[in-house]
Amino acid sequence: MLAKSPTAAFRRLFDEVGTVDAVGVEERVAKFTTRSIKKASKVKGLKLATSMVDLTTLEGKDTPGKVASLCQKALQPHPGLDAPQVAAVCVYPSMVRHARKALGSDTGVRIASVATAFPSGQAPLRTRLAEVKAAVADGADEIDMVINRGAFLAGEFGEMQDEIAAVVEACGDAALKVILEVSELETYDNIRAASFLAMRVIREGDFIKTSTGKTSLNATLGNNQVMLEAIRDYYLDTGIAIGMKPAGGIRTAKQALQFLIAVKETLGDAWLTNERYRFGASSLLNDLLRQLEKEKTGAYQAPYYFSEAAESY
Amino acid sequence: MSRLPISKTPKPYVGGAFIRSESGRTFPVKDAAGNFFANIPQCTRKDLRNAVEAAAKAGPGWAKRTAYNRGQILYRLGEMLEARRAEMIETLVCFGVAKSAAAKETDTAVDRLIYYAGWADKYEQVLGNVNPVASPFFNFTVTEPMGVVGVIAPDLPPLLPLISLIAPAIVSGNTVVGLASEKTPYPAILLGEMLATSDLPGGVVNLLTGFRKEMVPTFATHTHLRAISAAGVTAEERKALRLGAAESVKRVQFAAAATEREWFAEAAQSLHAIRETLEFKTTWHPIGA
Repeated sequence: MLAKSPTAAFRRLFDEVGTVDAVGVEERVAKFTTRSIKKASKVKGLKLATSMVDLTTLEGKDTPGKVASLCQKALQPHPGLDAPQVAAVCVYPSMVRHARKALGSDTGVRIASVATAFPSGQAPLRTRLAEVKAAVADGADEIDMVINRGAFLAGEFGEMQDEIAAVVEACGDAALKVILEVSELETYDNIRAASFLAMRVIREGDFIKTSTGKTSLNATLGNNQVMLEAIRDYYLDTGIAIGMKPAGGIRTAKQALQFLIAVKETLGDAWLTNERYRFGASSLLNDLLRQLEKEKTGAYQAPYYFSEAAESY
Repeated sequence: MSRLPISKTPKPYVGGAFIRSESGRTFPVKDAAGNFFANIPQCTRKDLRNAVEAAAKAGPGWAKRTAYNRGQILYRLGEMLEARRAEMIETLVCFGVAKSAAAKETDTAVDRLIYYAGWADKYEQVLGNVNPVASPFFNFTVTEPMGVVGVIAPDLPPLLPLISLIAPAIVSGNTVVGLASEKTPYPAILLGEMLATSDLPGGVVNLLTGFRKEMVPTFATHTHLRAISAAGVTAEERKALRLGAAESVKRVQFAAAATEREWFAEAAQSLHAIRETLEFKTTWHPIGA
């Protein structure tokens, strides 16, 4: 008879999907930070990263006006600079209709909305599903959901997967990004296992995502690598290509390029597109633009030239 | 039993920490007798970029401190230099400054810090104003720090000009990225150690060592630097600074002191030096009934 304890459940899952060599992952990702990317390839990388940004504002103090200016920034990141539009704007469900109004219907910039009682996910399932449906009805192209970490850590994998499947259904045509909230999963083994559980119930073209950005530890190269390798292994098993979105804590262009190196060297060029890889970030875009301008003019740029809401020192 | 010699690795003071150059490069410095003294980090434009980031981060906090507090901290920096006076004099002598001149340079440097410390809560009264206007308004002119200021020190004297350029900039709430003397950088490294123990928040003064040829063009074009105070510049450097500053709209000030002796003169310290890195803001306020 199979034991019912969480430990046994995890043991069976690990046996099935494999575990992670934590030391090996750390060593591998440390190498990504040593690549030298200069001149033309750097510009290409910066532009690629720009096109992958999910420009995000997730604050209690968000207003329709703030969302509208975010959308303008998404459409035209910096005048006079040959920078692509970002992939999407990412807002709370209540802001989706304002974002749709600001972007219009004929636009390359998609609207992503966090839903399912983001960031904790601690609401009844029917409330979470209603939130997803409302966001989609208001015009969201993509839904970012959080998994039930409590169920996962208790070994109730079926419950966790059923909830994801219900959200997939509620999404309809909208793409889904499943936030694992890696900082609450505690180990690389758990991150890999949760990635597999999520990937098995989502569709081709959906994403798995590291974090909400609302906890202390966010996307790191290590977490990213574990999830990329899970995506690779799942793809080799099933032929289903799942996307990836690191979020939270990626603030500099240099970091973004390191993440892209990880993608290139783990999943290859097929994932170097905003249909399969995204950055969830708010301040990253400005730093990307700043570095693009630096490459263009040769002069280091002050951050306050890039519509940064910071003290102009 | 003989001891192994323990020699210090010279590291410049940037962002409240002692750094090596990100390039990993160093250049050898010889003492006056021609003997190898130490390998000094050869900072690059990327180190300059990092130093400017550190200075910008420290800026708002430093500018928000009260004038009185900034004065106290500058005074404390003077105390730190005074406390290590013998070490500084010995270092200057090691690099070929005569003993009496080294003592004079160190003492003048301390006095200069105390001089500007004194101005901290007084310059506003002199430079700011209530302007007479012919309408029912109060009209005030007040000063504000500019932001991050680049300081380029001359080769000689090794210590005094660096301090003479830094002190009037930071007293008003600016932060500084300074380039030490290329020929004699070690006293600036020593100064960094005093800055670190002087209550000055990390990042307010950042000192780089390296070659002017590599660094001056980046000082000129970096748009985050709001002003440059330079001394001992060649005609070529002057042109590069002027052109780069025009492009990035920054203020450039070339020190009046042309000879080594002039740095010691009374004229080398003044209220005007503080004004060089200030912006003036004029506000109108209606007078009530």
